[in-house]
Amino acid sequence: MSTPLLELRGVHTHIGAYHILHGVDLAVPEGEVTMLLGRNGAGKTTTLRTVMGLWRASQGQVRFRGQALERAATPDIAAAGIAYVPENMGIFTDLTVKENLVLAARSARHEGELDAARLRWIFGLFPALQKFWLYPAGKLSGGQKQMLAVARAICEPRALLLIDEPSKGLAPAIVQNLVTAFRELKAQKTTILLVEQNVMMAKALGDRVAVMDDGRVVHTGPMAALADDAALQQRLLGLSLGAAA
Amino acid sequence: MNTVVAPTPGAAAAIPKARFDWIPVGLLVAVMLLALPAVGSGSSWLTLTVAGLAMGFIIFIIASGLTLVFGLMDVLNFGHGLFIAIGAFMATTVMGGMATFADTGVLQALLAIFCAMLVAMSVAGALGLAFERVIVRPVYGLHLKQILITMGGMIVGEELIKVVWGPLQIALPLPEPLRGAFIIGEAAIEKYRVLASVIGAVVFGLLAWTLARTKIGLLIRAGVQDREMVESLGYRIQRLFVGVFVAGSALAGLGGVMWGLYQQAVSPQIGAQVNVLIFIVIIIGGLGSTLGCFIGALLVGLMANYTGFLAPKVALFSNIALMVAILVWRPQGLYPVTNR
Repeated sequence: MSTPLLELRGVHTHIGAYHILHGVDLAVPEGEVTMLLGRNGAGKTTTLRTVMGLWRASQGQVRFRGQALERAATPDIAAAGIAYVPENMGIFTDLTVKENLVLAARSARHEGELDAARLRWIFGLFPALQKFWLYPAGKLSGGQKQMLAVARAICEPRALLLIDEPSKGLAPAIVQNLVTAFRELKAQKTTILLVEQNVMMAKALGDRVAVMDDGRVVHTGPMAALADDAALQQRLLGLSLGAAA
Repeated sequence: MNTVVAPTPGAAAAIPKARFDWIPVGLLVAVMLLALPAVGSGSSWLTLTVAGLAMGFIIFIIASGLTLVFGLMDVLNFGHGLFIAIGAFMATTVMGGMATFADTGVLQALLAIFCAMLVAMSVAGALGLAFERVIVRPVYGLHLKQILITMGGMIVGEELIKVVWGPLQIALPLPEPLRGAFIIGEAAIEKYRVLASVIGAVVFGLLAWTLARTKIGLLIRAGVQDREMVESLGYRIQRLFVGVFVAGSALAGLGGVMWGLYQQAVSPQIGAQVNVLIFIVIIIGGLGSTLGCFIGALLVGLMANYTGFLAPKVALFSNIALMVAILVWRPQGLYPVTNR
């Protein structure tokens, strides 16, 4: 494997008195979708937040394109080319869809400075956003909010997308829409680190997989290999991907 | 290439329109209309209404900075009154020095007031910068400590004001050309209240425009809801914090000038006296909401004037009663800010 775009080595994270990550080692190759799987409380969200600098790594290294991030401030990490879609989507509900996207496009001061071609591409992925362009984001449905959250992450070119459980709480039809959108991102060789509990989505999108348990990465490898190994699935995740899908 | 991509004209009809919540505005109008039969006389009603709106505009100028500071920074700044007091005392110094000039004509009087405002805003803003750095920054996220240390900061500030300007109340008379009233029919509309209303409306307009039409405004509105996400999008919220704190302090300084001229006297305790009123206003409006603060300030101003005329004893607690009634109706205030 070539030099990974993002690499974590022995990362520990404490939140207050709690020791959440116990030495995470993880490599995210460029141009691939890496699934981060694991049971609830395994440390997946903490890993993403640590990469983003929202929680500080108390020990270990976070490297992005070889550059150390573990002491960098969150805005600098974002400026380096990492976009983050949190589990709660982080939508600014009092702002319109348009305003959410203008804010996400750091180079645009107003709507007129948004990249029109990219916006058309986003509208192609998520037509609802065009329909509700001037609507307060708080009034959107859960699925539409998730589309907006992803659109915000891609409204300017980013080297890496960190996406935390985008399918959580969404109807299967909406999840399918998201899968279609992520497939298109994947086809364009967008590098994604995707935390997901939805195994259908994991199987459909993942090139590689890392499984976490108790604050550590306990398995890494091709997603297809895990999908084909029922015993490994049972041991790592306590379920069968085939059965669940 | 960079053209606006909006929904196509054919689809425009299908676009759901976001509905503005007019109910609090309706409440404001209803209060004014209900007061008319209660007051009885149209001219008295007009006088009271203009007085109430002018008072509301001044309260809004003072409180708008505080609601932004709380909304964006989650800081309970009980020291906000200090900036009001500083503004008012700077007005006594500037207006005192320009008194002879200000009495020579309306334009000169306005010029003197604007000079006082400029100086007050500059000094209050600079003080706000130091206050944020020294007093507020170490207690981000710690509400109890914020209350204690900012109140302490205000007490220290009050004592320093006594050192500079003395402990006694200082007169802040209006320049001669701005005294008196316009007579409309049988109603007397004080000139200064018209001026205060115009300045308040301009400040509200500028603030509303900045928040709605500029990227800084977008960042402030977004930061009020979710600071972490704003940082995740690549913006340094700390700089925004400092900017908003300084702007809020400067607005309080401006409000101090307006309030001092409204009362025509300034005492070192002026900030503490107004503090209660502005906290009532920002709670009524919805913590962090500028529009809510605006409507809340106008309601408080109107209620104070109407009840002062109709039932002076009720006026003593009318603001508290108004706050209780509104919170029973809308526990998060008139225009609640979501995600808080």
